[in-house]
This record gives sequence, structure tokens and C-alpha cells, in this order.
Amino acid sequence: MTDTAVNRPAVTGIDPRGPRFTASVTLAIFVLALLLSGPSPEAAAVLTGVQALFFAVGAGLGVQWTPTGLLFRSVIRPRLTPPADLEDPTPPRFAQAVGLVFAVVATIGFATGAVVLGQVFAGFAVVAAFLNAVFAFCLGCEMYLLGLRLTRRTA
Amino acid sequence: MTGLVILGVALVAALAFGLYRQRVDGRFSPTMREVDLAPTPTAEDPADRAADLAVWDAIASAVPGAALGERATFVQFSSAFCAPCRTTRVLLDDVATRTDGVAHVEIDAEEHLSLVRELDIRRTPTTLILDGIGNELTRAAGAPRREQVLAALPSSSQETT
Repeated sequence: MTDTAVNRPAVTGIDPRGPRFTASVTLAIFVLALLLSGPSPEAAAVLTGVQALFFAVGAGLGVQWTPTGLLFRSVIRPRLTPPADLEDPTPPRFAQAVGLVFAVVATIGFATGAVVLGQVFAGFAVVAAFLNAVFAFCLGCEMYLLGLRLTRRTA
Repeated sequence: MTGLVILGVALVAALAFGLYRQRVDGRFSPTMREVDLAPTPTAEDPADRAADLAVWDAIASAVPGAALGERATFVQFSSAFCAPCRTTRVLLDDVATRTDGVAHVEIDAEEHLSLVRELDIRRTPTTLILDGIGNELTRAAGAPRREQVLAALPSSSQETT
């Protein structure tokens, strides 16, 4: 007696280590952007801009189609043991869309001279990417239900 | 310099939050509705009893097909953007199958937002454990481990295999 109320379309699972690898690269890019943001906001803007493009691909097509997702599948995954179980690609794809918002604001900040704005949003992105890479914890997914509770009036 | 400070703060905050979450995730704690902390399924206070039964009434009216297990019922709230919900579903299904009188009901939080508000569900997965008459005994936010689920079940139940 299960699934009385949940009917999800069957989706092909993805290796859960893929999104975590992607999050690690994302983390590195935002850390580098923050380190460069003082001496060269322009370089930081380029980095977060490129990351925004990656996020856009991940949100539009799925996290497995980002450059890091493709790299994971073609180079890294063949060298690993098969995963214990597969993961639904929907949550990480949603997280990519949340990341896109932060990357775009950070890029606008760095590019227009509102450096602190860029740094704050890059800082939030570091928190989210760190939690994802280190703890496999999806911050955007967690916020989703709270966001619905606050914004949607009726069920 | 500001960038360096923000980076430091962000990394420390993320580490602290991650460690905290790792510790409390999946831990069953007595429900906040239970004013007297000892679970009293035969509470004589009519107000208490009404509040308890309201939990199952609210669930049953939101999910008409749901049935209460004889001994216990897992009520799992899930959403689409939730990776640990799948793991939790598999685990609770398995425990419910192996244990006599235990049922598993999964509820899509997005489709039942008023129920989510009424029961104060903040994250997915959140698992409520109800006793045989629908009192909420305990709840856990985050994916629980098997031993946590078994320990939280009412003591009368035995795993059959």
C-alpha cells in the first residue's frame, strides 16, 4: 500500500556522482571568482558568466548535458565502479536553475562595478555548491517546498 | 579583501550547516503536537485526543485512498525536486512489507499544500509515524536510516524476516 498520491513518470536515473562532480567544479569556479574579484572584477565576471552558461545548459537540458556532466560520463565514470543506485535527474536540474539566478546576478555585479553585490551572490553560490559537493545536499531543492508554502495560497 | 572575507564566511557557514544537517537528518523526535511527551495512545483528555485524531483525519481527507496500518503507518511527504525522497520511499516500503501491520503512505507535498501547512511540514522527505489509531507518535525530516526507522516503530511490532 504505497504511492497513493504520488504518480511520477518513470525517468532514467543518472549516476549521483555526476552532479556532485559538477558541483565540485562549480565550487572551484566561484572560489576562484571570489579570489579574483578584488584585483580584477572583470576576470571574476568572465568566470561567473561562463558558469552561468553551464547552469543554463544544466537547467535547460539536464545536469548530465553540461560540459562537466559530459566530462564525467565520458572520462571519469568509466574509471569508477558502477553506482550503488541511480538518481532522479529532476532535482539537480532544478538546482541548476537556482544556481543560474545567482550566477547571473553575480556576473551583473562584477561587470557593472557593483563588486560587493557580485561577491555576496558568489558567496551564496559557494555555500550551495559546497553543500552539494561535500554533503550531497541540494539546498535549492530544500528551499522549494518552503517557497511553495510561502507563495502559493491554496493547495 | 572583501571577497576573501565573504569566501571564508561562506565556507565556514556551509561546513557548519552541512555537519549540523548530517547529524539531525532522519532523526525521529517526539512530535511537537504531543504536549505530554510520553506517548499516550489512550489519552483521556478529550482535547488531546481530538488533536491527535485530527492528524489522521486531515491526512485521510486529503488522500482518500490512504489506509491506516494496524500497528503503525509511515506517512512520507515527498516532492519532485527531492533526491533523498526516493531512497526513503524504498526503505519505508521495504520495512512496511517486512513488518506485519505497518503501512506506508506517500503524499506529494506540492499537491497537498494545505495539509503541509496544517501538519507543519517544512522539508521533503518528512516522515510521520502514526500508531494504530492515527496518533502521530514521532516525525523525522530528511532521509532516515533503517535502524532509525525500526527503533522508532511502536514496540509491539516485530520484523518478520
